[in-house]
Amino acid sequence: MLAKRVIPCLDVHDGQVTRGVQFGRAEKGELRNVGDPVELAVRYNDQGADEMVFFDITASAHGRATMVDVIERVALRCFMPLTVGGGIRTLEDMQVMLKAGADKVSINSAALANPDLIRQGAEKFGSQCIVVSIDAKRVGPDRWEVFSHGGRKPTGLEAVSWARRAVGLGAGEIVLNSIDADGTKAGFDLEITRRTSEAVGVPVVASGGAGTLEHMASVLLEGKADAVLAASIFHFGEFTVSEVKRFLAQRNIPVRI
Amino acid sequence: MIAVIDTGICNLRSVTKALEAVGASIRVVRTPAEVAAANARGLVLPGVGALRDCVASLRASKLDATVRDWIAADKPFLGVCLGMQALFEHSEEGNITGLGIFPGEVVRFRRPPELKIPHMGWNTIRFVQPHSALSAQLATEGEAFYFVHSFYCVPTNPALVLAECDYGGVFCAAIARGRVFATQFHPEKSQAKGLQVYRNFAVIAVGNSP
Repeated sequence: MLAKRVIPCLDVHDGQVTRGVQFGRAEKGELRNVGDPVELAVRYNDQGADEMVFFDITASAHGRATMVDVIERVALRCFMPLTVGGGIRTLEDMQVMLKAGADKVSINSAALANPDLIRQGAEKFGSQCIVVSIDAKRVGPDRWEVFSHGGRKPTGLEAVSWARRAVGLGAGEIVLNSIDADGTKAGFDLEITRRTSEAVGVPVVASGGAGTLEHMASVLLEGKADAVLAASIFHFGEFTVSEVKRFLAQRNIPVRI
Repeated sequence: MIAVIDTGICNLRSVTKALEAVGASIRVVRTPAEVAAANARGLVLPGVGALRDCVASLRASKLDATVRDWIAADKPFLGVCLGMQALFEHSEEGNITGLGIFPGEVVRFRRPPELKIPHMGWNTIRFVQPHSALSAQLATEGEAFYFVHSFYCVPTNPALVLAECDYGGVFCAAIARGRVFATQFHPEKSQAKGLQVYRNFAVIAVGNSP
């Protein structure tokens, strides 16, 4: 049986893993330093993480060079799927990361600015390589709007229809990140996750809001997500990946133990 | 020495690093001459991306003939993902004619909408050929490997199937005939169990001390 995936996410700033509390705080200098990305990746690898995501939160030229180095070093020690996001704007950016050892690239603002990038990436590298990450914010009882640029810019797009369009263009996976829930540890936005998962035929990764083990189970069951992504609860040692998986297994959710 | 084919589109590095991690010495090859010069005892064909590009690259470099001769001679061979699909006669992915080394088709998953395609993530497999050298030190049933694919191989000869996987129906997860193997899953992305597959292949190819 296909297992639900547990994916630690590492936000990398200047070669170090950091964690801002909420969207936009990175720019205000409210970052907590968490550690060396390679050491953290190896730790999560040993704990049985199913994949890992690395986000370049500086997304500058210097940041990108650092990220290539990080991915190359992680790939030497972690034989598992690696996704890289943050500042990937062109096919060349994608190729550099894939050659460094990434298996998937995650695009967000660049896909919003130029949706054809999804199609071009899927054509050149295969759909399985192209993850479209969506930052969604609830703006009404029944409406979630897509924001770009790290959650700062409203796009006017409705989240589920953007997800559908991205998949139509060739995205092989959707990461649905709730701006409202991110950093709160109050639980995932189950509603938008479920709506997105039911609307698209590709896997949906739930992101933003993980605070307890029950949150993880809820978003996989009620939210119908195929995978959960979390950062802080792993970085600060609240739970290990293996603890999460044991809990999910007790709830009869298929996981790889 | 194990030669790893670079078709220009695949994530070669994961495969070469995995082989090196189990102690194999490797050489990346791009032409039939390079295969010959490497004096390799094993040949690996990785692949990720689009099958059309993978097969076109093999034809352009004339490595298609090298692979065909290698497999006909029952020399140790390991195909991974597209490197498995390329061995068959035909694929529904873009109506591609494959190398036709093994009779059979590569078909698209047809599953109810709640089963997401690509089949992406960790799934357990069952080895159906007893005592295969590729499955040494692995459980016959229940080991999890990383898959990411929308198409799968249907060998005409069911005896070719080395391992099965279930995703809304059983499909072929690996094939074996003699010293020729291929997996739909990615051993280089499957942590310790995946490295065991490469270790087993290195032993098959090179002997006890890869």
